[in-house]
Amino acid sequence: MAALKVVRSGSRLLNGFQSLLNNPRKVTCGVAATVTKHPRWYCVSHLSVQERIERKRKAALSGGGQQRIEAQHRRGKLTARERVELLLDPDSFVEYDMFVEHRCSDFGMEADHNKYPGDSVVTGQGRINGRLVYVFSQDFTVFGGSLSGAHAQKICKIMDQAMMVGAPVIGLNDSGGARIQEGVESLAGYADIFLRNVMASGVIPQISLIMGPCAGGAVYSPALTDFTFMVKDTSYLFITGPDVVKSVTNEDVTQEELGGAKTHTAVSGVAHKAFENDIDALLNLREFFNFLPLSNKDSAPITECHDPSDRLVPGLDTVVPLETTKAYDMLDIIHGIADEREFFEIMPNYAKNIVVGFARMNGRTVGIVGNQPKVASGCLDINSSVKGARFVRFCDAFNIPIITFVDVPGFLPGTAQEYGGIIRHGAKLLFAFAEATVPKITVITRKAYGGAYDVMSSKHLRGDVNYAWPSAEVAVMGAKGAVQIIFRGKENQAEAEAEYVEKFANPFPAAVRGFVDDIIQPSMTRKRICRDLEVLASKKQANPWKKHANIPL
Amino acid sequence: WGTYWTLPATMSVAGSRLLHLNELLRQSSRTVVGVSSKIISRERYQSKLVVHKVSISCCSSVLQTFDKILIANRGEIACRVMKTCKKMGIKTVAVHSDVDSSAVHVKMADEAVCVGPAPTNKSYLNMDAILEAARQTGAQAVHPGYGFLSENKEFARRLAAHGVTFIGPDTHAIQAMGDKIESKLIAKKAKVNTIPGFDGVVKDAEEAVRIAGEIGYPVMIKASAGGGGKGMRIAWNDEETREGFRFSSQEAASSFGDDRLLIEKFIDNPRHIEIQVLADKHGNALWLNERECSIQRRNQKVVEEAPSTFLDPETRCAMGEQAVSLAKAVQYSSAGTVEFLVDSKKNFYFLEMNTRLQVEHPITECITGLDLVQQMIRVAKGYPLQHRQADIPINGWAIESRVYAEDPYKSFGLPSIGRLSQYQEPVNIPAVRVDSGIQEGSDISIYYDPMISKLVTYGSTRAEALQRMEEALDNYVIRGVTHNIPLLREIITHPRFVSGDISTKFLQEVYPEGFKGHQLSDSERWELLATAVALFVAAQLRSQRFLGNLSDELETCSHVCLPGNSLVCRFLQVDLDGKRVDVSSEWNLASALLPVTVNGTQRTVQCLSRSASGEIDLQYLGTSYKLRVLSKLAAALNKHMPEKVPEDTSSILRSPMPGSVVAVSVKAGDTVAEGQEICVIEAMKMQNSMTAAKTAKVRPYSSALSSL
Repeated sequence: MAALKVVRSGSRLLNGFQSLLNNPRKVTCGVAATVTKHPRWYCVSHLSVQERIERKRKAALSGGGQQRIEAQHRRGKLTARERVELLLDPDSFVEYDMFVEHRCSDFGMEADHNKYPGDSVVTGQGRINGRLVYVFSQDFTVFGGSLSGAHAQKICKIMDQAMMVGAPVIGLNDSGGARIQEGVESLAGYADIFLRNVMASGVIPQISLIMGPCAGGAVYSPALTDFTFMVKDTSYLFITGPDVVKSVTNEDVTQEELGGAKTHTAVSGVAHKAFENDIDALLNLREFFNFLPLSNKDSAPITECHDPSDRLVPGLDTVVPLETTKAYDMLDIIHGIADEREFFEIMPNYAKNIVVGFARMNGRTVGIVGNQPKVASGCLDINSSVKGARFVRFCDAFNIPIITFVDVPGFLPGTAQEYGGIIRHGAKLLFAFAEATVPKITVITRKAYGGAYDVMSSKHLRGDVNYAWPSAEVAVMGAKGAVQIIFRGKENQAEAEAEYVEKFANPFPAAVRGFVDDIIQPSMTRKRICRDLEVLASKKQANPWKKHANIPL
Repeated sequence: WGTYWTLPATMSVAGSRLLHLNELLRQSSRTVVGVSSKIISRERYQSKLVVHKVSISCCSSVLQTFDKILIANRGEIACRVMKTCKKMGIKTVAVHSDVDSSAVHVKMADEAVCVGPAPTNKSYLNMDAILEAARQTGAQAVHPGYGFLSENKEFARRLAAHGVTFIGPDTHAIQAMGDKIESKLIAKKAKVNTIPGFDGVVKDAEEAVRIAGEIGYPVMIKASAGGGGKGMRIAWNDEETREGFRFSSQEAASSFGDDRLLIEKFIDNPRHIEIQVLADKHGNALWLNERECSIQRRNQKVVEEAPSTFLDPETRCAMGEQAVSLAKAVQYSSAGTVEFLVDSKKNFYFLEMNTRLQVEHPITECITGLDLVQQMIRVAKGYPLQHRQADIPINGWAIESRVYAEDPYKSFGLPSIGRLSQYQEPVNIPAVRVDSGIQEGSDISIYYDPMISKLVTYGSTRAEALQRMEEALDNYVIRGVTHNIPLLREIITHPRFVSGDISTKFLQEVYPEGFKGHQLSDSERWELLATAVALFVAAQLRSQRFLGNLSDELETCSHVCLPGNSLVCRFLQVDLDGKRVDVSSEWNLASALLPVTVNGTQRTVQCLSRSASGEIDLQYLGTSYKLRVLSKLAAALNKHMPEKVPEDTSSILRSPMPGSVVAVSVKAGDTVAEGQEICVIEAMKMQNSMTAAKTAKVRPYSSALSSL
């Protein structure tokens, strides 16, 4: 606690300096006041200290120097400070630890020219659209952004404070890795950050934006945060680089193939989205930030909304094709119901058979999960289950209501899936939906077959409001398969199939049992959901006390 | 009031306005605003109503026609016919293909019968199925609309054999006018002007000169076996005729191995003007004035108007009388259209006669106040015409734009397909009529005509009608498919069109390089930039406003637009390189339409898309423009951002999941076009069509279709 107190008073001190320096008029006043109080002390040391402050500040602001800044620009990347400036509201950034320097004395590091005020990271807090956020931005121009003990300490400081005040942390990663000169101190620094990432998980939203290299142990910090975004062509994430890969496994692979934005957003699922360039990424991050509550004590934000909550969406009445085997785009439905057709999709290129992302309903942030019939018929497989589960857990942790659109023919069969552990991974999605206590609204648009029906936020998993569209079919399986089992070896399969369709390929079996609360006209969906969210805003539900649950990882 | 709402002829000028007022009244009863306009509109309505009551009461006494009509068509024309049927108290039967089963015309009809799968020859052209549908539903008459079976004499004959009335002319009229050569002969006999020419073979140059003299210059000399412009010469005097004869016969000999030549009157700067006729089964016929349909591309009409700026009363009357005499010559009954080519000296020549309701009939309805479908139904029942020629007025001006799902930048319109993700017709503008058969969420499919709607505006003068058309096009929201509104808006505002200086070559002459969208003037450029910047700022400001603070209960529980603080930023000043531009708007960012006032000029622009990184896609003056707005800081830093070359993934086609190949749509050696289906994969009870991402040639391949 004592340490924390120091940190806080220290920061207050810094705040004072900041505002003094930002406003020259205030400085003059300050001088006048101080002179009368401590005339001698001030007169003696004033010039030199003031000069040193100025010099250090100037040095801090220019990072690794003009040459390195230009090199950074040539790579198509912005500097750490430019990034912070773009990310935050104008003039809102309050910097911490500008005077911190590394403490390494080996390998000539103690020399003055090897000391950079602030070291290789810029930290502080500021505002995005007026809302508080803590930021660290690694400075590639100083020792390649490498992580020293001091660097780690700076990050830890803002994370601790962010946790206490309840505000998100955004990390802008651009670092070559550990500061090798510092050895184990650097490793300790990583671990300190990891610990805080874990402690902050579920308390404040944590976002990582990879804007350059991020390799080795460093990758685990972004991996522990809630969202990892990347910049196309200029950012990489990998445990070991192409050279090590070559020497160990004899694989020839480029940086981009091994850990570029495309790899991680489409193949590995490590990153949640990639953006064109630094500016695009930072501006999108601002937009994304508006969806998030500041902490787990905060409710989902409500922005001013111009889209009427009772707007009918006639297009939805014809969106589901008449043939049950024909695909359609779930995004058509999501865009149709969301405020202003706006949907911030998370992981749009990974496990595309499930769609997850944020939207607003009558101004309020909601998380949307939907099976995507356009891709692999919208079935659930390993990747889509994990993708969905993580998203649902984020929403639940941060009080964001979940709206689920169901059109799922089942879990994907096959050896690849079974060997890969679809049972284990599918259970994650089931677990996530079941434990979530935020408002849960489910709309069955077409198929809800088998176990996958149960999983997709069904009534049985404490869905608050479950709707079916007239095209909904809630059943154990499709008619053909069911009839083959029920009437195995019998004739008149076609007749039996027709009977099965008549009995089960409609919303009634679920509706008569109360498993769906109502059968609604698709065009009314937005209106109904907005009204339900209004009602469910005061929902209170708790899970039994436990240290933590044991999700099947 | 309620009783009258059902009465007005929706198709007449007054009617279209009434419909709108009706809307207005319904709206105003819900909201407090518009009280004053409600009163005004009622008064206006009343004065119109008097006129209407007269015309309706005189026909309502003899209105007993059919109990049930089957409409053998789809889309807007099916809906159009049903509207009149409803007005006349006639029950309607729709026929549809399976993909159309939830189409608007099906929902609108009292009954609907599926007549087959999507391809037209199996559904809308399937006579057996349609006849069966008529029998099954007990429809007494069939309205064929236009296209499909509307000019099919076999269909008319078979209906008659089943005792079902065909709402259209008799079979012999269909037959006579359906044949190009026969129709010309009949026309000639009925003293209708036909294109003068020498049907026989011209022997030598001197004979050519003599014939040309008889026909009158200019003349066209063309190869008898010709085609594609080969062996074709235009001559304006004797000298050119001799020369043309020589060249043409040489060219014809070398191109076709046949040097026989014909001579025909050359129609210089032709206009396509057609006369609407209406005839009954008692030998009466009327002409309902003309429609100017010169704006065409690939012989398809794009913009039509009535009346024509070009015709004087004498020419109009002469054309009308000839059209009527042709109709009488073939004992025509029902509505029909006689098409003429009109040259720059107002000489007119018969082209052909369409024995059906034309696509562009609404503009005639607007200026005459007649409901053509109603007239057709009456005539089909055997009633005599209720009007005399002297009763047919030209009231005001009407313009029709055909709104198509087409890309106007590719040879003035190549069909596009897709789903109408957002669709809003500009029916809130007075004197606008939209005939459409689709709605939000409808699919524009490959099977049918890509027409979205017919947008008709009316005005007491042409200028007023044009001005309304401009406004209507700006307020027309179509998202999800490429549409031709950019082209339509350019045409109706082009100085040549506005002055009435048009011909069938208008588009080729005005856009010799192809249509490139609206070309911004300097002031328009400023206006567009200022609008985009102001929109950007309005969006930025709004994204800083969070509600739901307990401080303001009122705001949280209402979804009403524009809480007080929004008004602060209603007026924005944009500084563009030292030039001050004032932009004001309500900044309703959820609406597809964005009415703005820029330096005092009111406009409706549409924001097609807006991204976090500052990209704004604005539809301005019909054309969509891509803009990027950045803060000063971001703009300054943008120079460091690398230029990206988009990656080409079009050469790879990968199945999204394991499945069985149920159909291969190409064979080795085929050239496939972009978007063309290559094969169909079935997996998870679903068929996925795999399409080519770019034009390519198919190499030999091996595949085994799995049996189902």
